[in-house]
Amino acid sequence: MADFETPKFREYPVVPQIKPDAMAGDGPFVSRAEFDTDLGYPGELPENWKEKTLDKMQDLLGRYRSLQVFMDSCIKCGACTDKCHYFIGTNDPKNMPVARQDLMRKVYRRYFTFAGKYFPGLVGAVDLTEDVLKEWYNYYHQCSECRRCSVFCPMGIDTAEVTMAAREMLAHVGYAQKYSNQIIQKVYKIGNNLGLPGPALKGILEDLEEEVEEDTGVPVKYHMDKEGVEALLMTPSADFFAEPHIDGLIGYGKVLHELGITWTVSSKASEAANFGLFIGSYDNMQRISMRIREAAIELKVKRIIFGECGHAWRVAYSFLNTLAGPFDFLDQNYPIPQHILEVTYGALQEGKLRLNKEENDHLTMTFHDSCNVARASRMGNKPGGQFDIPRAVIQAACNNYVDMDSDTIKDATFCCGGGGGILTDDLMELRVKGALPRMEALRQVTEESGVTNIAAICAICKSQFTKTLPYYGFEMDAIMSVHQLVSEAIVMTGSEQEKELDGVEDEEGTKEPEE
Amino acid sequence: MSAFYALLFTVAFLVLVIGLAKKIIQYSRVPAPLKIPVTPAPLTKGGVAVRLAKEAILFAALFRSNKWTWLFGWMFHMSLFVVLIIHLRYFIKDVPTWLVLLQPIGKYAAFTMIIGLLGLLTRRMFVARVKYISSPSDYLWLLLLIVIGLTGATMRFISHTDIISVKEFALGILRFDWQALPMDVPLLVHLFLVATLMILLPFSKLLHIPGLFFAPSRNQVDNPREQRHIAPWAAELDAEKNKIQPK
Repeated sequence: MADFETPKFREYPVVPQIKPDAMAGDGPFVSRAEFDTDLGYPGELPENWKEKTLDKMQDLLGRYRSLQVFMDSCIKCGACTDKCHYFIGTNDPKNMPVARQDLMRKVYRRYFTFAGKYFPGLVGAVDLTEDVLKEWYNYYHQCSECRRCSVFCPMGIDTAEVTMAAREMLAHVGYAQKYSNQIIQKVYKIGNNLGLPGPALKGILEDLEEEVEEDTGVPVKYHMDKEGVEALLMTPSADFFAEPHIDGLIGYGKVLHELGITWTVSSKASEAANFGLFIGSYDNMQRISMRIREAAIELKVKRIIFGECGHAWRVAYSFLNTLAGPFDFLDQNYPIPQHILEVTYGALQEGKLRLNKEENDHLTMTFHDSCNVARASRMGNKPGGQFDIPRAVIQAACNNYVDMDSDTIKDATFCCGGGGGILTDDLMELRVKGALPRMEALRQVTEESGVTNIAAICAICKSQFTKTLPYYGFEMDAIMSVHQLVSEAIVMTGSEQEKELDGVEDEEGTKEPEE
Repeated sequence: MSAFYALLFTVAFLVLVIGLAKKIIQYSRVPAPLKIPVTPAPLTKGGVAVRLAKEAILFAALFRSNKWTWLFGWMFHMSLFVVLIIHLRYFIKDVPTWLVLLQPIGKYAAFTMIIGLLGLLTRRMFVARVKYISSPSDYLWLLLLIVIGLTGATMRFISHTDIISVKEFALGILRFDWQALPMDVPLLVHLFLVATLMILLPFSKLLHIPGLFFAPSRNQVDNPREQRHIAPWAAELDAEKNKIQPK
């Protein structure tokens, strides 16, 4: 374990005392020029950095209504001050959402408002200095852009918008974050965040086919670059590689096979994630999204289905049509794009999937709403479908389900602590401390209701929990994919599981249970 | 002195209207390039209107967030609203009956307004988190409003002023026919601070009034899959990218 203390569980959910500068520091590793230039950034602090920063601020204020309005409309009421998981976990007052916004607002006021130009002391305006930039870099990388604060803000101020703008401004003067930029560069060069080249991916998928056929007796296909299939599956590359992500991918394959939906992944767009969102770059977000359009056209598919990934689903659901649409060449009878959970849920509603819940009887599940799905997207036809559909699918696959405390789920969900470009080892202290509120809610249901496992529909949440659960005394494999539960319970037509349940038809046509 | 006040209010009114209009025009001109409603969000424009009304009238998000801040904040704003309405009698020559009937009840709003403001001030001074985020101007706004409330209540309940003359003065400003203002200290303080507030509003955090309605996080319809949303500058980027089309 690293050189910091894991926060103690609180007796009661009391609001923490402030500890100024508890998380002061240099922030995560700064990107190197080699990663930046590909993305359109200078890669080093230019001589006229001050001018460039303010120019960029002006540019963004003129491009994003959110930023312009949010800079003006904060009343400092304090409603958000106890809502951020990073504040709760670190006690650093600059991690209170309003204080995080104020790091930028102070500069905005100084250079862009009458009051700040002439009475800076009165309204708390400050000059832009290199120290201010460094402080921005540090604290705007202690925000996971989870939007929890915005739910509670009477003005609807979304700190994520401010964080994204700050990161975009920083990147333009050579203060980009290494983790995010290196990953985006891998997407451009290789096709996915993990840097898995096509042949390796192909090998993994073939192994999966073998494994699933061995396990079920059904030849479920996990195609790559197969032209003319019905659907393109966009899934986070962690699904090809990491636990428990890959168990989810196995599940998607089984569900789609059972429904007769042929599908493929693309080696060119082998990544659903879009870190362009995290760094606040419309250009990069669009460039990454465009791969999906290109892959869909090249592979001549009719539908695009997204796997379990939180921010990817935000970009897909909310932005893809804007960034890479219109998708008039796809089948308009399906939502564009569609979430794999919408597919599974729809099929369950129509009675097209058979699940044997008993397979999961050894589990008592709870569900972690991932922030970008919960507060920045939707599933299904009704507002809140993003909460109901995953729960309905879990409960269709598992008999034992308990929700965590109502202040910590649905649109009040706490971030896992690793979202928004924070899932990097050089921010491990922040990640562990930021996980505190979620871990407390989890502990409560494990103690009171015997919950054994927690399911999520986000690759980042899954990776983050795998790392942070042990710090709080849980098993690292307590985190599961939702489609992992489906995968365990599904009874595919003609599978070994079906034979076990229904018995084998003998020559006379009567059924006997298999020995 | 009366002329100074008449001029002050004329200027204050113009600054308020023009300043606010400029900000509203700015807010409406800056595009919102992406769909970012905080979800669950309404699926229709009507739904959005309801969502905004709940925020503007009931302070729904604040209620969820912090009951004390909500209580004091809501008390202050609603009282201020009632106070503003009962002040209409100074600007309408023939006061309608409903406004006359509102006066005896409405006057007590001064107290709830002051209590609300004192609650907010106490919170700002003594809750460490809120104190940390407060600038001098945040305290000054509360003090300004408290003094406006106190001087108003003084005139209502303790040391009456000649409200007939005040009304003549107010109507006079509207007609550009300046009338004499009674030279009572509470009245002069009251009016001076109100004019100050009007002048500073477009340059301050009081911009939360239009800001509330312009937040894309609350005023957007949740329909990105059904309807393509594209801002003008994003559309230009789009054209440049020369998107690949199916053959």
